[in-house]
Amino acid sequence: MRNIIAFIRQFFNFFLFLVLLGASLIILINYNQTYQAVFSNIASETTGKVGSQYNKVEYYFKLKKTNEALAAENAQLRDLLKQSFDSPDTSNVIKIDSLLKDTLGRVRRFSFLPAKVVNNDVSDQNNYITLYRGSKQGVRTDMGVIGPEGVVGKVVSVSDNYSLVMSLLNRNSKVSAMMKKGFYTGLADWDGKDPRYIELHNIPKSAKIAVGDTVLTSSYSGSYPPGIMVGRVAAIEGDPASGFYELKIKTATDFFSLQYAYLVDNMTMVEQKQLEAKKPKEQ
Amino acid sequence: MSALLRNIIRFVLFILVQVYIFNKVPPVHQFVKPYIYFLFILWLPFNMGRAAQMLVAFIFGLTFDYFSGTPGLHAAPCVLIAYLRPFLLNLLIPQETTQLSFAEPSVKSMGWGSYATYVLILTFMHTALLVFIEWMEFGDFLYFIGKVTATTLLSLILIFITEMIFPRQGKYRTNAPI
Repeated sequence: MRNIIAFIRQFFNFFLFLVLLGASLIILINYNQTYQAVFSNIASETTGKVGSQYNKVEYYFKLKKTNEALAAENAQLRDLLKQSFDSPDTSNVIKIDSLLKDTLGRVRRFSFLPAKVVNNDVSDQNNYITLYRGSKQGVRTDMGVIGPEGVVGKVVSVSDNYSLVMSLLNRNSKVSAMMKKGFYTGLADWDGKDPRYIELHNIPKSAKIAVGDTVLTSSYSGSYPPGIMVGRVAAIEGDPASGFYELKIKTATDFFSLQYAYLVDNMTMVEQKQLEAKKPKEQ
Repeated sequence: MSALLRNIIRFVLFILVQVYIFNKVPPVHQFVKPYIYFLFILWLPFNMGRAAQMLVAFIFGLTFDYFSGTPGLHAAPCVLIAYLRPFLLNLLIPQETTQLSFAEPSVKSMGWGSYATYVLILTFMHTALLVFIEWMEFGDFLYFIGKVTATTLLSLILIFITEMIFPRQGKYRTNAPI
């Protein structure tokens, strides 16, 4: 017994080193699987507060770009207003519906919650964005996040007032996307090389793709509303022998100057996920 | 200023500088990432216990990780360099004189040659383990080699500039002759 204690005391530093190294790796592996870190609530509240303070300065320098993006988005939304369209018969006056309830029996599927971006990384292999909205404001994990210009990412972890978003620029991020022309659906992910471009896989060679084609979110993804801009085709790559394209997509969202984002609440997602979980497993 | 206070200030400053300046630099290439924060561990005082060094490094790395969003990724290389540091110092400098007369590793206390070797080896170890963990998750061998080389070189340049801009006065701890 005395020998064992002597042995441990002699190599105490080495054991401490192994324990601490092991602890770091366990924290990392556990986090990569579940996005639940130790002290994650306290930690994200603290780092979020520090981030907000820093962002007050950073935001000032990006006001111009932020305004342009928000104004462009406003113009796009105004384009969709009823008043922007003339009816074929000029004697027919359009009346604005003042009922709060949709009399056509349509139900709301998506609702949007605006949030300020307080921290945003682009230089890592796994980039995350912090938003100043948390569980107290109704944010849950797996909610989609879109910006004024297009898709941003997905919520992976929530604290009281802040939420952590896995950005498109993350090696683990996967978004179901489709071509606007032809509705071919593929999977978009990031190869870690250039934060301006992501990759789109699984588009069959039968599709006619041209550089500049628009890529939208597909209706398969539960987190995003269908038809949100992902980006535009920048280059067509891929093995000539394979039946699928590898497309290089220029992201619609400018991750370098992102300041505002919308959290997308899909009210039917729980139902969809529950049904999909019941899918019979192949034996 | 006491050594404790000075190191607490450094702790905060290194994390803020890394998170809000170097992490915000738009990436030039996938392989190039400016890291300077671990200089805090290289600058810890000589007379700190080895266990204490490792614990401080672990907390320091984990704090940085919480800011960058991947808990554990930087804590592991920080612990590694804190563990290797005393061995390297024993090899590189004459114990009795330097460690008694100076407070912490610096150009003044160790001389250019020894200090450069010390920084080079620990920077390389730090980057190698960091990229190795990333490599385990994803990536190919070219990614490992390329990123270790490029990032180590960039870190060395940054540390060199830091030493130039902030020359630390190698204060004598006692009156012992050098």
